[in-house]
Amino acid sequence: MTKGLDRILWTTFGLVFAAIWGLPFLYSVWTAFHDEIYSANFVWNAPLTLENFVEAWQAAPFALYFLNTFILISIVLAANLILCTLVAYAFVRYRFRWSGYLFALIMVQLLISPEILIVENYLTLSRIGMIDTILGIALPYLTSAFGIFLLRQTFMTVPVSLDEAAQIEGAGAWRVLWNIYVPLAKPVYLAYGLVSISFHWNNFLWPLIVTNSPEVRPVTVGLSVFATVESGVEWSLVNAATLMTTAPLIIAFVIFQRQFVANFMRAGIK
Amino acid sequence: MNKRLPLGLGLILLVFPCVLLVAFTHYPAARALMNSFWNNASSRRPSKFVGVENYQTLLEDDRLMQVMLNSTLYALGTIPLAIGLAIGMALLVNAKLPGTSLMRLSFFMPTMLPMIAVANIWLFFYAPGIGLASQILGLFGLPPINFLGSTETSLLSMMFVAVWKEAGLFMIFYLAALQAVPTTLKDAARLEGAGPVRVFFDVVMPLLRPTTIFVAVNALINAFRLVDHVIVMTRGGPNNSSALLLYYIYEVTFSQRDFAYGATLTVLMVCLLGILAAVQYWVLNRKAHYQ
Repeated sequence: MTKGLDRILWTTFGLVFAAIWGLPFLYSVWTAFHDEIYSANFVWNAPLTLENFVEAWQAAPFALYFLNTFILISIVLAANLILCTLVAYAFVRYRFRWSGYLFALIMVQLLISPEILIVENYLTLSRIGMIDTILGIALPYLTSAFGIFLLRQTFMTVPVSLDEAAQIEGAGAWRVLWNIYVPLAKPVYLAYGLVSISFHWNNFLWPLIVTNSPEVRPVTVGLSVFATVESGVEWSLVNAATLMTTAPLIIAFVIFQRQFVANFMRAGIK
Repeated sequence: MNKRLPLGLGLILLVFPCVLLVAFTHYPAARALMNSFWNNASSRRPSKFVGVENYQTLLEDDRLMQVMLNSTLYALGTIPLAIGLAIGMALLVNAKLPGTSLMRLSFFMPTMLPMIAVANIWLFFYAPGIGLASQILGLFGLPPINFLGSTETSLLSMMFVAVWKEAGLFMIFYLAALQAVPTTLKDAARLEGAGPVRVFFDVVMPLLRPTTIFVAVNALINAFRLVDHVIVMTRGGPNNSSALLLYYIYEVTFSQRDFAYGATLTVLMVCLLGILAAVQYWVLNRKAHYQ
Protein backbone atom coordinates (compact mmCIF):
# COMPACT_ATOMS: atom_id res chain seq x y z
CA MET A 1 0.00 0.00 0.00
CA THR A 2 1.44 3.34 -0.96
CA LYS A 3 1.51 6.32 1.33
CA GLY A 4 -0.40 8.44 -1.17
CA LEU A 5 -3.32 6.00 -1.32
CA ASP A 6 -3.43 5.93 2.45
CA ARG A 7 -3.75 9.69 2.57
CA ILE A 8 -6.59 9.74 0.08
CA LEU A 9 -8.45 7.04 1.99
CA TRP A 10 -8.08 8.77 5.33
CA THR A 11 -9.01 12.15 3.91
CA THR A 12 -12.14 10.71 2.32
CA PHE A 13 -13.03 8.91 5.52
CA GLY A 14 -12.47 12.08 7.57
CA LEU A 15 -14.57 14.25 5.30
CA VAL A 16 -17.43 11.73 5.16
CA PHE A 17 -17.34 11.37 8.94
CA ALA A 18 -17.34 15.17 9.33
CA ALA A 19 -20.29 15.45 6.95
CA ILE A 20 -22.30 12.86 8.91
CA TRP A 21 -21.37 14.59 12.16
CA GLY A 22 -22.57 17.92 10.78
CA LEU A 23 -25.79 16.46 9.39
CA PRO A 24 -28.24 17.39 12.18
CA PHE A 25 -26.96 20.96 12.21
CA LEU A 26 -26.96 21.28 8.42
CA TYR A 27 -30.48 19.87 8.35
CA SER A 28 -31.57 22.57 10.77
CA VAL A 29 -29.88 25.27 8.64
CA TRP A 30 -31.56 23.91 5.50
CA THR A 31 -34.99 24.05 7.12
CA ALA A 32 -34.48 27.53 8.51
CA PHE A 33 -33.62 28.94 5.08
CA HIS A 34 -36.40 27.21 3.14
CA ASP A 35 -40.15 27.29 2.99
CA GLU A 36 -42.01 24.92 5.35
CA ILE A 37 -42.93 22.54 2.49
CA TYR A 38 -39.23 21.79 1.88
CA SER A 39 -38.50 21.04 5.55
CA ALA A 40 -39.01 17.33 5.04
CA ASN A 41 -38.07 16.94 1.43
CA PHE A 42 -34.87 17.85 -0.31
CA VAL A 43 -35.05 19.54 -3.65
CA TRP A 44 -31.55 20.79 -4.31
CA ASN A 45 -32.71 23.95 -6.08
CA ALA A 46 -35.51 24.82 -3.65
CA PRO A 47 -35.68 28.62 -3.33
CA LEU A 48 -33.86 30.13 -0.38
CA THR A 49 -35.83 32.45 1.87
CA LEU A 50 -35.33 34.63 4.94
CA GLU A 51 -39.06 34.64 5.60
CA ASN A 52 -38.77 32.22 8.54
CA PHE A 53 -36.41 34.52 10.41
CA VAL A 54 -38.68 37.51 9.89
CA GLU A 55 -41.72 35.54 11.00
CA ALA A 56 -40.01 34.04 14.06
CA TRP A 57 -38.71 37.45 15.10
CA GLN A 58 -42.26 38.81 15.00
CA ALA A 59 -43.94 35.77 16.56
CA ALA A 60 -42.22 36.17 19.92
CA PRO A 61 -40.55 39.12 21.68
CA PHE A 62 -37.03 38.02 20.77
CA ALA A 63 -35.67 41.58 20.89
CA LEU A 64 -36.74 41.71 24.53
CA TYR A 65 -35.25 38.26 25.23
CA PHE A 66 -31.92 39.38 23.76
CA LEU A 67 -31.98 42.55 25.84
CA ASN A 68 -32.68 40.53 29.01
CA THR A 69 -29.84 38.14 28.28
CA PHE A 70 -27.57 41.11 27.61
CA ILE A 71 -28.49 42.73 30.94
CA LEU A 72 -28.12 39.43 32.79
CA ILE A 73 -24.70 38.73 31.31
CA SER A 74 -23.50 42.27 31.98
CA ILE A 75 -24.48 42.09 35.65
CA VAL A 76 -22.91 38.67 36.17
CA LEU A 77 -19.74 39.47 34.25
CA ALA A 78 -19.14 42.82 35.98
CA ALA A 79 -19.75 41.30 39.42
CA ASN A 80 -17.58 38.26 38.64
CA LEU A 81 -14.64 40.31 37.40
CA ILE A 82 -14.71 42.69 40.36
CA LEU A 83 -15.51 40.28 43.20
CA CYS A 84 -13.23 37.46 42.03
CA THR A 85 -10.37 39.94 41.62
CA LEU A 86 -10.82 41.22 45.19
CA VAL A 87 -10.89 37.76 46.72
CA ALA A 88 -7.96 36.46 44.68
CA TYR A 89 -5.94 39.56 45.60
CA ALA A 90 -6.62 39.03 49.30
CA PHE A 91 -5.47 35.41 49.09
CA VAL A 92 -2.29 36.12 47.14
CA ARG A 93 -1.08 39.29 48.79
CA TYR A 94 -2.13 38.98 52.41
CA ARG A 95 -1.96 36.38 55.08
CA PHE A 96 -4.73 35.94 57.58
CA ARG A 97 -5.98 33.30 59.93
CA TRP A 98 -7.80 30.30 58.43
CA SER A 99 -7.00 31.39 54.89
CA GLY A 100 -6.46 27.75 53.87
CA TYR A 101 -9.82 26.70 55.24
CA LEU A 102 -11.56 29.66 53.70
CA PHE A 103 -10.09 28.81 50.31
CA ALA A 104 -11.23 25.21 50.62
CA LEU A 105 -14.69 26.47 51.55
CA ILE A 106 -14.78 28.61 48.41
CA MET A 107 -13.68 25.71 46.22
CA VAL A 108 -16.73 23.75 47.40
CA GLN A 109 -18.72 25.76 44.84
CA LEU A 110 -16.87 24.01 42.01
CA LEU A 111 -18.54 20.83 43.15
CA ILE A 112 -21.97 21.99 44.28
CA SER A 113 -22.79 24.54 41.64
CA PRO A 114 -25.97 26.59 42.07
CA GLU A 115 -27.99 24.50 39.60
CA ILE A 116 -27.95 21.56 42.02
CA LEU A 117 -29.30 23.72 44.81
CA ILE A 118 -32.31 24.96 42.85
CA VAL A 119 -34.78 23.91 45.54
CA GLU A 120 -33.30 25.91 48.40
CA ASN A 121 -32.13 28.80 46.24
CA TYR A 122 -35.63 29.17 44.90
CA LEU A 123 -36.99 29.31 48.46
CA THR A 124 -34.38 31.91 49.42
CA LEU A 125 -35.23 34.00 46.39
CA SER A 126 -38.95 33.90 47.10
CA ARG A 127 -38.31 34.82 50.74
CA ILE A 128 -36.52 38.01 49.68
CA GLY A 129 -39.03 38.71 46.91
CA MET A 130 -36.65 38.37 43.96
CA ILE A 131 -38.60 35.79 41.96
CA ASP A 132 -39.21 36.87 38.38
CA THR A 133 -36.43 39.48 38.27
CA ILE A 134 -33.24 39.54 36.22
CA LEU A 135 -31.22 40.32 39.34
CA GLY A 136 -32.76 37.22 40.91
CA ILE A 137 -31.38 35.06 38.06
CA ALA A 138 -27.96 36.65 38.51
CA LEU A 139 -27.67 36.48 42.32
CA PRO A 140 -26.37 32.90 42.79
CA TYR A 141 -23.71 33.44 40.13
CA LEU A 142 -22.25 36.79 41.24
CA THR A 143 -19.21 35.20 42.90
CA SER A 144 -17.59 32.29 41.14
CA ALA A 145 -15.17 29.83 42.68
CA PHE A 146 -13.77 29.07 39.24
CA GLY A 147 -13.02 32.77 38.66
CA ILE A 148 -11.36 33.12 42.06
CA PHE A 149 -9.27 30.03 41.42
CA LEU A 150 -8.19 31.17 37.96
CA LEU A 151 -7.23 34.67 39.11
CA ARG A 152 -5.44 33.42 42.19
CA GLN A 153 -3.31 31.14 40.00
CA THR A 154 -2.51 34.08 37.74
CA PHE A 155 -1.81 36.57 40.52
CA MET A 156 0.63 34.12 42.10
CA THR A 157 2.84 34.42 39.02
CA VAL A 158 3.27 38.18 39.56
CA PRO A 159 6.92 38.71 40.61
CA VAL A 160 7.25 39.71 44.26
CA SER A 161 9.89 42.31 43.38
CA LEU A 162 7.42 44.18 41.21
CA ASP A 163 4.94 44.42 44.05
CA GLU A 164 7.65 45.51 46.52
CA ALA A 165 9.07 48.11 44.17
CA ALA A 166 5.62 49.66 43.86
CA GLN A 167 5.26 49.73 47.63
CA ILE A 168 8.62 51.47 48.04
CA GLU A 169 7.43 54.05 45.56
CA GLY A 170 4.56 54.60 47.97
CA ALA A 171 1.74 52.88 46.12
CA GLY A 172 -1.14 51.72 48.32
CA ALA A 173 -2.95 48.39 48.14
CA TRP A 174 -5.46 49.59 45.55
CA ARG A 175 -2.85 51.13 43.26
CA VAL A 176 -0.77 47.96 43.37
CA LEU A 177 -3.82 45.92 42.46
CA TRP A 178 -4.90 48.23 39.67
CA ASN A 179 -1.48 49.01 38.16
CA ILE A 180 0.36 45.72 38.60
CA TYR A 181 -1.93 42.74 39.12
CA VAL A 182 -4.87 43.60 36.87
CA PRO A 183 -2.83 44.48 33.73
CA LEU A 184 -0.79 41.29 34.00
CA ALA A 185 -3.91 39.16 34.17
CA LYS A 186 -5.52 40.67 31.05
CA PRO A 187 -5.49 37.47 28.93
CA VAL A 188 -7.05 35.56 31.80
CA TYR A 189 -9.79 38.16 32.17
CA LEU A 190 -10.55 37.87 28.46
CA ALA A 191 -10.64 34.08 28.45
CA TYR A 192 -12.68 33.90 31.66
CA GLY A 193 -15.06 36.53 30.34
CA LEU A 194 -15.72 34.51 27.19
CA VAL A 195 -16.41 31.32 29.08
CA SER A 196 -18.63 33.14 31.54
CA ILE A 197 -20.60 34.80 28.73
CA SER A 198 -21.16 31.53 26.90
CA PHE A 199 -22.16 29.80 30.14
CA HIS A 200 -24.77 32.39 31.02
CA TRP A 201 -26.00 32.67 27.46
CA ASN A 202 -26.67 28.93 27.58
CA ASN A 203 -27.90 28.66 31.15
CA PHE A 204 -31.43 27.35 31.19
CA LEU A 205 -32.80 25.55 34.23
CA TRP A 206 -32.32 28.30 36.80
CA PRO A 207 -33.74 31.14 34.63
CA LEU A 208 -36.61 28.83 33.70
CA ILE A 209 -37.50 28.37 37.35
CA VAL A 210 -37.02 31.97 38.40
CA THR A 211 -38.90 33.69 35.57
CA ASN A 212 -42.62 33.64 34.91
CA SER A 213 -43.19 36.64 32.70
CA PRO A 214 -41.81 37.38 29.22
CA GLU A 215 -40.49 40.76 30.42
CA VAL A 216 -37.57 39.14 32.24
CA ARG A 217 -36.98 35.95 30.24
CA PRO A 218 -33.53 35.41 28.73
CA VAL A 219 -33.24 33.98 25.18
CA THR A 220 -32.84 30.34 26.20
CA VAL A 221 -36.09 30.32 28.15
CA GLY A 222 -37.82 32.42 25.52
CA LEU A 223 -36.73 30.00 22.82
CA SER A 224 -37.96 26.96 24.73
CA VAL A 225 -41.34 28.61 25.33
CA PHE A 226 -41.52 29.49 21.63
CA ALA A 227 -40.56 26.00 20.51
CA THR A 228 -42.90 23.82 22.56
CA VAL A 229 -44.67 21.40 20.31
CA GLU A 230 -48.04 22.23 21.85
CA SER A 231 -47.87 25.80 20.60
CA GLY A 232 -48.15 24.41 17.05
CA VAL A 233 -45.32 26.46 15.59
CA GLU A 234 -43.93 25.25 12.27
CA TRP A 235 -40.58 23.48 12.31
CA SER A 236 -39.02 25.96 9.91
CA LEU A 237 -39.82 28.75 12.38
CA VAL A 238 -38.39 26.81 15.31
CA ASN A 239 -35.18 26.16 13.39
CA ALA A 240 -34.93 29.80 12.33
CA ALA A 241 -35.43 30.94 15.92
CA THR A 242 -32.87 28.42 17.16
CA LEU A 243 -30.22 29.63 14.73
CA MET A 244 -31.09 33.26 15.38
CA THR A 245 -30.58 32.97 19.12
CA THR A 246 -27.38 31.00 18.68
CA ALA A 247 -25.80 33.21 16.02
CA PRO A 248 -24.21 35.82 18.32
CA LEU A 249 -22.46 33.08 20.24
CA ILE A 250 -21.20 31.33 17.12
CA ILE A 251 -19.90 34.62 15.71
CA ALA A 252 -18.17 35.43 19.00
CA PHE A 253 -16.70 31.96 19.01
CA VAL A 254 -15.29 32.26 15.52
CA ILE A 255 -13.67 35.59 16.43
CA PHE A 256 -12.26 34.45 19.78
CA GLN A 257 -11.59 30.79 18.93
CA ARG A 258 -8.05 30.86 20.29
CA GLN A 259 -9.00 32.27 23.69
CA PHE A 260 -11.89 29.83 24.05
CA VAL A 261 -9.68 26.84 23.40
CA ALA A 262 -6.92 28.27 25.60
CA ASN A 263 -9.34 28.51 28.47
CA PHE A 264 -10.79 25.04 27.99
CA MET A 265 -7.20 23.85 28.22
CA ARG A 266 -6.48 25.93 31.29
CA ALA A 267 -9.56 24.51 32.95
CA GLY A 268 -8.25 21.09 31.99
CA ILE A 269 -4.81 21.54 33.46
CA LYS A 270 -6.10 22.95 36.78
CA MET B 1 6.06 40.18 51.46
CA ASN B 2 2.77 38.70 52.63
CA LYS B 3 1.40 41.26 55.00
CA ARG B 4 -1.28 40.77 57.60
CA LEU B 5 -4.66 41.63 56.21
CA PRO B 6 -6.00 44.78 57.89
CA LEU B 7 -9.55 44.39 59.16
CA GLY B 8 -11.09 47.15 57.05
CA LEU B 9 -9.54 45.92 53.83
CA GLY B 10 -10.47 42.36 54.71
CA LEU B 11 -14.11 43.35 54.95
CA ILE B 12 -14.06 44.79 51.44
CA LEU B 13 -11.88 42.15 49.79
CA LEU B 14 -13.33 39.05 51.36
CA VAL B 15 -16.49 39.48 53.33
CA PHE B 16 -18.89 40.81 50.71
CA PRO B 17 -17.97 38.34 47.93
CA CYS B 18 -17.92 35.44 50.35
CA VAL B 19 -21.26 36.34 51.89
CA LEU B 20 -22.81 35.94 48.42
CA LEU B 21 -21.05 32.63 47.96
CA VAL B 22 -22.15 31.32 51.33
CA ALA B 23 -25.73 32.53 50.80
CA PHE B 24 -26.13 30.59 47.55
CA THR B 25 -23.88 27.57 48.07
CA HIS B 26 -23.22 26.66 51.70
CA TYR B 27 -26.38 27.99 53.24
CA PRO B 28 -28.72 26.23 50.75
CA ALA B 29 -26.75 22.99 51.09
CA ALA B 30 -27.14 23.15 54.87
CA ARG B 31 -30.81 24.10 54.53
CA ALA B 32 -31.42 21.14 52.24
CA LEU B 33 -29.94 18.83 54.86
CA MET B 34 -32.10 20.38 57.56
CA ASN B 35 -35.29 20.42 55.48
CA SER B 36 -34.84 16.79 54.58
CA PHE B 37 -35.75 15.96 58.19
CA TRP B 38 -38.99 17.96 58.15
CA ASN B 39 -42.18 17.47 56.18
CA ASN B 40 -43.97 19.99 53.97
CA ALA B 41 -45.82 22.85 55.53
CA SER B 42 -49.41 23.33 54.40
CA SER B 43 -51.79 26.22 54.96
CA ARG B 44 -53.32 24.42 57.94
CA ARG B 45 -50.28 23.11 59.75
CA PRO B 46 -46.64 24.15 59.85
CA SER B 47 -43.97 21.65 58.90
CA LYS B 48 -42.90 19.32 61.64
CA PHE B 49 -39.85 17.24 62.39
CA VAL B 50 -40.23 13.77 60.89
CA GLY B 51 -36.74 12.34 61.38
CA VAL B 52 -35.60 10.02 58.63
CA GLU B 53 -39.08 9.56 57.15
CA ASN B 54 -38.09 11.31 53.90
CA TYR B 55 -35.10 9.03 53.62
CA GLN B 56 -37.32 5.99 54.05
CA THR B 57 -39.43 7.29 51.18
CA LEU B 58 -36.20 7.60 49.22
CA LEU B 59 -35.40 3.93 49.70
CA GLU B 60 -38.89 2.81 48.70
CA ASP B 61 -39.23 5.17 45.73
CA ASP B 62 -39.50 3.04 42.59
CA ARG B 63 -39.28 6.07 40.32
CA LEU B 64 -36.03 7.11 41.98
CA MET B 65 -34.64 3.63 41.35
CA GLN B 66 -35.57 3.99 37.70
CA VAL B 67 -34.01 7.47 37.56
CA MET B 68 -30.77 6.28 39.17
CA LEU B 69 -30.64 3.36 36.75
CA ASN B 70 -31.23 5.76 33.84
CA SER B 71 -28.49 8.11 35.06
CA THR B 72 -26.05 5.23 35.45
CA LEU B 73 -26.85 3.77 32.02
CA TYR B 74 -26.59 7.24 30.57
CA ALA B 75 -23.14 7.82 32.07
CA LEU B 76 -21.80 4.35 31.21
CA GLY B 77 -23.18 4.50 27.69
CA THR B 78 -22.17 7.99 26.67
CA ILE B 79 -18.76 8.53 28.26
CA PRO B 80 -16.74 5.64 26.71
CA LEU B 81 -18.31 6.24 23.29
CA ALA B 82 -17.69 10.00 23.41
CA ILE B 83 -14.09 9.45 24.54
CA GLY B 84 -13.44 6.85 21.82
CA LEU B 85 -14.85 9.16 19.15
CA ALA B 86 -12.91 12.11 20.58
CA ILE B 87 -9.61 10.22 20.31
CA GLY B 88 -10.45 9.23 16.73
CA MET B 89 -11.36 12.80 15.84
CA ALA B 90 -8.22 14.18 17.44
CA LEU B 91 -6.07 11.71 15.47
CA LEU B 92 -7.83 12.63 12.23
CA VAL B 93 -7.54 16.35 12.82
CA ASN B 94 -3.93 16.06 13.98
CA ALA B 95 -2.82 14.09 10.90
CA LYS B 96 -1.66 16.50 8.23
CA LEU B 97 -4.47 15.81 5.78
CA PRO B 98 -6.21 18.26 3.47
CA GLY B 99 -9.52 19.57 4.80
CA THR B 100 -8.70 19.22 8.49
CA SER B 101 -9.94 22.71 9.35
CA LEU B 102 -13.33 21.75 7.90
CA MET B 103 -13.34 18.55 9.96
CA ARG B 104 -12.35 20.46 13.08
CA LEU B 105 -15.22 22.91 12.60
CA SER B 106 -17.72 20.11 12.04
CA PHE B 107 -16.60 18.14 15.09
CA PHE B 108 -16.50 21.15 17.36
CA MET B 109 -19.71 22.84 16.19
CA PRO B 110 -22.06 20.90 18.50
CA THR B 111 -19.99 21.89 21.52
CA MET B 112 -20.44 25.56 20.69
CA LEU B 113 -24.20 25.34 20.40
CA PRO B 114 -26.25 26.02 23.52
CA MET B 115 -27.91 22.95 25.01
CA ILE B 116 -31.34 24.33 24.12
CA ALA B 117 -30.36 24.78 20.49
CA VAL B 118 -28.97 21.25 20.39
CA ALA B 119 -32.18 19.91 21.91
CA ASN B 120 -34.32 21.78 19.36
CA ILE B 121 -32.22 20.59 16.42
CA TRP B 122 -32.47 16.97 17.52
CA LEU B 123 -36.13 17.26 18.41
CA PHE B 124 -36.68 18.08 14.75
CA PHE B 125 -34.16 15.48 13.56
CA TYR B 126 -36.01 12.79 15.54
CA ALA B 127 -39.53 14.02 14.68
CA PRO B 128 -41.56 10.93 13.79
CA GLY B 129 -42.41 10.76 10.08
CA ILE B 130 -40.90 14.04 8.86
CA GLY B 131 -37.54 14.12 10.68
CA LEU B 132 -34.33 13.17 8.87
CA ALA B 133 -33.85 10.10 11.09
CA SER B 134 -37.19 8.67 9.96
CA GLN B 135 -36.46 9.56 6.34
CA ILE B 136 -33.12 7.74 6.45
CA LEU B 137 -34.86 4.68 7.90
CA GLY B 138 -37.39 5.00 5.11
CA LEU B 139 -34.64 4.94 2.48
CA PHE B 140 -33.74 1.47 3.71
CA GLY B 141 -37.38 0.45 3.74
CA LEU B 142 -37.56 0.41 7.53
CA PRO B 143 -40.65 1.61 9.43
CA PRO B 144 -40.32 5.00 11.20
CA ILE B 145 -39.45 4.92 14.90
CA ASN B 146 -40.86 7.35 17.43
CA PHE B 147 -37.37 7.91 18.86
CA LEU B 148 -38.26 10.15 21.79
CA GLY B 149 -41.79 8.91 22.27
CA SER B 150 -41.31 5.25 23.07
CA THR B 151 -39.92 3.76 26.24
CA GLU B 152 -37.40 1.53 24.47
CA THR B 153 -35.65 4.25 22.50
CA SER B 154 -36.04 7.52 24.43
CA LEU B 155 -33.00 7.16 26.71
CA LEU B 156 -30.85 5.80 23.88
CA SER B 157 -31.85 8.71 21.64
CA MET B 158 -30.90 11.19 24.35
CA MET B 159 -27.55 9.45 24.82
CA PHE B 160 -26.86 9.88 21.13
CA VAL B 161 -27.42 13.62 21.45
CA ALA B 162 -25.07 13.80 24.44
CA VAL B 163 -22.30 11.99 22.57
CA TRP B 164 -22.77 14.36 19.63
CA LYS B 165 -22.57 17.37 21.91
CA GLU B 166 -19.59 16.27 24.03
CA ALA B 167 -17.18 14.42 21.75
CA GLY B 168 -15.99 17.66 20.14
CA LEU B 169 -15.11 19.17 23.50
CA PHE B 170 -13.14 16.08 24.52
CA MET B 171 -11.43 16.18 21.12
CA ILE B 172 -9.89 19.54 22.05
CA PHE B 173 -8.30 18.04 25.17
CA TYR B 174 -6.92 15.09 23.21
CA LEU B 175 -5.67 17.32 20.43
CA ALA B 176 -3.62 19.30 22.94
CA ALA B 177 -2.34 16.08 24.51
CA LEU B 178 -1.41 14.63 21.11
CA GLN B 179 0.52 17.74 20.19
CA ALA B 180 2.48 17.39 23.41
CA VAL B 181 3.62 13.83 22.54
CA PRO B 182 7.35 14.10 21.72
CA THR B 183 8.00 13.15 18.09
CA THR B 184 11.31 11.57 19.07
CA LEU B 185 9.44 8.80 20.91
CA LYS B 186 7.32 8.01 17.87
CA ASP B 187 10.37 8.15 15.56
CA ALA B 188 12.27 5.78 17.83
CA ALA B 189 9.39 3.29 17.81
CA ARG B 190 9.19 3.51 14.03
CA LEU B 191 12.93 2.89 13.69
CA GLU B 192 12.44 -0.23 15.78
CA GLY B 193 10.00 -1.35 13.08
CA ALA B 194 6.67 -0.65 14.80
CA GLY B 195 3.70 -0.03 12.48
CA PRO B 196 1.31 2.88 12.99
CA VAL B 197 -1.10 0.75 15.02
CA ARG B 198 1.60 -0.36 17.44
CA VAL B 199 2.99 3.15 17.72
CA PHE B 200 -0.46 4.36 18.69
CA PHE B 201 -1.26 1.70 21.26
CA ASP B 202 2.22 1.32 22.80
CA VAL B 203 3.54 4.88 22.63
CA VAL B 204 0.74 7.39 22.24
CA MET B 205 -2.07 5.81 24.29
CA PRO B 206 -0.12 5.57 27.56
CA LEU B 207 0.77 9.25 27.23
CA LEU B 208 -2.90 10.12 26.76
CA ARG B 209 -3.93 8.38 29.96
CA PRO B 210 -3.92 11.43 32.26
CA THR B 211 -6.15 13.24 29.77
CA THR B 212 -8.51 10.27 29.64
CA ILE B 213 -8.80 10.10 33.41
CA PHE B 214 -9.44 13.81 33.67
CA VAL B 215 -12.02 13.83 30.88
CA ALA B 216 -13.79 10.70 32.14
CA VAL B 217 -14.21 11.88 35.70
CA ASN B 218 -15.45 15.31 34.70
CA ALA B 219 -17.82 13.78 32.18
CA LEU B 220 -19.16 11.50 34.91
CA ILE B 221 -19.88 14.45 37.21
CA ASN B 222 -21.50 16.33 34.33
CA ALA B 223 -23.62 13.35 33.32
CA PHE B 224 -25.25 13.33 36.73
CA ARG B 225 -26.13 16.97 36.72
CA LEU B 226 -27.32 17.21 33.17
CA VAL B 227 -30.88 18.41 32.79
CA ASP B 228 -31.54 20.94 30.02
CA HIS B 229 -32.15 18.60 27.15
CA VAL B 230 -34.34 16.30 29.24
CA ILE B 231 -36.64 19.25 29.91
CA VAL B 232 -36.80 20.31 26.28
CA MET B 233 -36.84 16.95 24.52
CA THR B 234 -38.79 14.45 26.59
CA ARG B 235 -39.73 15.86 30.01
CA GLY B 236 -38.43 12.59 31.39
CA GLY B 237 -40.99 10.57 29.50
CA PRO B 238 -42.50 8.40 28.33
CA ASN B 239 -43.12 6.67 31.64
CA ASN B 240 -39.89 8.02 33.23
CA SER B 241 -37.79 6.16 30.69
CA SER B 242 -35.55 9.17 30.07
CA ALA B 243 -35.67 10.96 33.46
CA LEU B 244 -32.28 11.75 35.00
CA LEU B 245 -31.51 12.67 38.61
CA LEU B 246 -31.47 16.47 38.40
CA TYR B 247 -34.61 16.41 36.26
CA TYR B 248 -36.33 14.31 38.91
CA ILE B 249 -35.39 16.87 41.58
CA TYR B 250 -36.82 19.60 39.36
CA GLU B 251 -40.03 17.70 38.79
CA VAL B 252 -40.61 16.66 42.39
CA THR B 253 -40.03 20.20 43.58
CA PHE B 254 -41.68 22.38 40.99
CA SER B 255 -44.41 20.19 39.50
CA GLN B 256 -45.42 18.22 42.57
CA ARG B 257 -44.49 21.10 44.94
CA ASP B 258 -42.91 18.58 47.32
CA PHE B 259 -40.14 20.78 48.71
CA ALA B 260 -39.24 18.44 51.57
CA TYR B 261 -38.62 15.47 49.31
CA GLY B 262 -36.87 17.75 46.81
CA ALA B 263 -34.48 18.74 49.61
CA THR B 264 -33.90 15.07 50.43
CA LEU B 265 -33.06 14.32 46.79
CA THR B 266 -30.73 17.33 46.78
CA VAL B 267 -28.85 15.86 49.74
CA LEU B 268 -28.55 12.58 47.82
CA MET B 269 -27.21 14.42 44.79
CA VAL B 270 -24.64 16.41 46.81
CA CYS B 271 -23.43 13.20 48.47
CA LEU B 272 -23.13 11.50 45.09
CA LEU B 273 -21.13 14.37 43.61
CA GLY B 274 -18.98 14.46 46.75
CA ILE B 275 -18.12 10.78 46.29
CA LEU B 276 -17.33 11.32 42.61
CA ALA B 277 -15.09 14.27 43.48
CA ALA B 278 -13.29 12.23 46.13
CA VAL B 279 -12.71 9.49 43.55
CA GLN B 280 -11.43 12.08 41.11
CA TYR B 281 -9.04 13.45 43.71
CA TRP B 282 -7.80 9.98 44.60
CA VAL B 283 -7.37 8.83 40.99
CA LEU B 284 -5.61 12.00 39.87
CA ASN B 285 -3.26 11.85 42.85
CA ARG B 286 -2.39 8.25 42.09
CA LYS B 287 -1.81 9.11 38.46
CA ALA B 288 0.91 11.56 39.53
CA HIS B 289 3.15 8.61 40.50
CA TYR B 290 3.27 7.32 36.97
CA GLN B 291 4.89 10.44 35.61
